[in-house]
Amino acid sequence: MRIRVEIDRRPGLSDPQGTTVHRALRNLGYDEVEAVHFGKSIVLEIDGDDADTAVARVREMCERLLANPVMEDFIILVEDGS
Amino acid sequence: MRAAVVVFPGTNCEHDVVHALRSLGADADLVWHRDTSLDGADGVVLPGGFAHGDYLRTGAIARFSPVMSPVREFAEAGKPVVGICNGFQILCEAGLLPGGLVANRDLRFICRMVSVRVESNTSVLTKAAEPGRVLHLPLNSYEGNYTAAPDVRDGLAGHVQLRYCGPTGEVAPAWNPNGSLDGIAAVSNPAGNVAGLMPHPERAVDDLLGSSDGIVLLESFIASMIPARV
Repeated sequence: MRIRVEIDRRPGLSDPQGTTVHRALRNLGYDEVEAVHFGKSIVLEIDGDDADTAVARVREMCERLLANPVMEDFIILVEDGS
Repeated sequence: MRAAVVVFPGTNCEHDVVHALRSLGADADLVWHRDTSLDGADGVVLPGGFAHGDYLRTGAIARFSPVMSPVREFAEAGKPVVGICNGFQILCEAGLLPGGLVANRDLRFICRMVSVRVESNTSVLTKAAEPGRVLHLPLNSYEGNYTAAPDVRDGLAGHVQLRYCGPTGEVAPAWNPNGSLDGIAAVSNPAGNVAGLMPHPERAVDDLLGSSDGIVLLESFIASMIPARV
């Protein structure tokens, strides 16, 4: 199954790319944009068909390696499976 | 006393560090990241570079290199560990230092001399330096922007070792080259035996290089290695 992990900078932490793109959007007249946050997306192709087990394992992977708990939050999305 | 200078795949400042430490009278040897022993070293330096390609996050893969187990034990035993640039990023990822480092405010690689002010001399990096002294050091990084969550920031008081400043020591946003939180250029753990900094003291050990202000920091580290041997 495919599992997508979305990783975002924790609120209040420096996000220079988000700040720069926010400014660019404002310059284009999109004044309704209040903030822009950049994250990253990681797709894992997992051998197995038990989504609960897979998600628990991916959560562990996020906590140990894929995300830095000091700076980042993550969400886990199961894209397909049995 | 002898320092272990750790080399990861992608590290590129190890020979500068060894040269600088030896020129100041200390012994220093390279230790490969797959080694599982520090072989009786009295101090550890994680030098700059791009360990494991800086993939995922700077330092994220390096913290799992085999050598990091003895480095962690060494740090937890209160012995001196200094991370320079990429080494600072690795120590943050390993949880041995608070906070972390992200892309520079202006999203540009910075390679130039900067001024930093000694904020505290409570660490193995600064114990020989006088608080208030201004040091001129080269900065050479893209992810040098120190950041920390609000609760971590509150706990940093007293552990900030260097701050970016103007030529005469004034700390102001205009003198902050990369957007670092509160202008922080170096921090230590609460015990002071683990410290990290973004500028490169090993490249400022001879006036021929434009500055010899790195010497006081490296001498602090060398002096810190002595008690470990007693």
